[in-house]
Amino acid sequence: MPFKRFVEIGRVALINYGKEHGRLVVIVDVIDQNRALVDAPDMVRSQVNFKRLSLTDLKVDIKRVPRKKELIKAMEDADVKNKWEKSSWGRKLIVKKTRANLNDFDRFKLMLVKIKKAAVVRQELAKLKKASS
Amino acid sequence: MAPKQREARKVSRNPELVRGIGKYSRSKMYHKRGLWAIKAKNGGKLPLHEPKPKPQAPAQKPPKFYPAEDVKTPLVNKHKPKPTKLRASITPGTVLILLAGRFKGKRVVFLKQLPSGLLLVSGPFKINGVPLRRVNQSYVIATSTKVDVSACNVEKFDDKYFSKEVQKKKKKGEGEFFEAEKEEKKTLPQDKKDDQKTVDAALIKAIESVLDLKSYLGARFSLKQGQKPHELVF
Repeated sequence: MPFKRFVEIGRVALINYGKEHGRLVVIVDVIDQNRALVDAPDMVRSQVNFKRLSLTDLKVDIKRVPRKKELIKAMEDADVKNKWEKSSWGRKLIVKKTRANLNDFDRFKLMLVKIKKAAVVRQELAKLKKASS
Repeated sequence: MAPKQREARKVSRNPELVRGIGKYSRSKMYHKRGLWAIKAKNGGKLPLHEPKPKPQAPAQKPPKFYPAEDVKTPLVNKHKPKPTKLRASITPGTVLILLAGRFKGKRVVFLKQLPSGLLLVSGPFKINGVPLRRVNQSYVIATSTKVDVSACNVEKFDDKYFSKEVQKKKKKGEGEFFEAEKEEKKTLPQDKKDDQKTVDAALIKAIESVLDLKSYLGARFSLKQGQKPHELVF
């Protein structure tokens, strides 16, 4: 099974450990065997160990260590934000975030909706059972 | 001429150069304050008002007992207790979750903080059976759900409203002992019930305007499997 996501200049990655957990960044340079220089539009360019990065499918067309303005323009051309939010991985993260921020009242309303949905499903199932028996 | 034409001056006429040192000397200040003019008006002397006659203190009898050693008097303490600081998350209309007592788990509407520091809270009674009640801030989780309580008037409630009624001591006859106890059932006075109704009427109107809020307040809170209280957002 060949590798598909490579560490390269322009690879979009997700920081999965540490203070910047959850941030989408672009690999802008490789420092040595373990570390990459990484940059994002709202972040100071900094070094990050590869072990803290999860590579994504997205790639941005940039030269080695671009200026911030060029990076932002390249990211907008590649439409990183929208592609990420539409991707399955991105959607899952958004769902996790909203679930964590639910209010007590919101959780109650969610419970009522779940009960309603389960009732509908059970009715349909009962109908199918009746039809097949 | 009884009324003073000007209020007493609050700031000194002698600006401070350094702490303890004013800009003007004693003689300059004498001139600035106009003491020369006051003396001139009074014929060369400062005006002397006769002392007001002191009210005569009642004649004290010499005490019967003098302590052998000097009795130490305690220091003066004029501190007045303040009501407990209210958490910023608790404002009038906040839905609170009660954590202890008969109504633990109930979701309840906060009305105001009483002078003793306790929180005045109401179910409303029709929705979840919690009457107008006092609750300690420490035994409460504040949620971020708010109800509009501007229509409720809770001015009249204070700690005296909730104090226990003083029981008059009754002479207990031997034979009537048990019967008498059974008859004395404590019922709520009608005016307290009416107070509950008026407060709740305004509350229920505000609650019914929000979808599902009524059933939310009627349900008790509990932790489900996998929920971690320190990770929950209330």
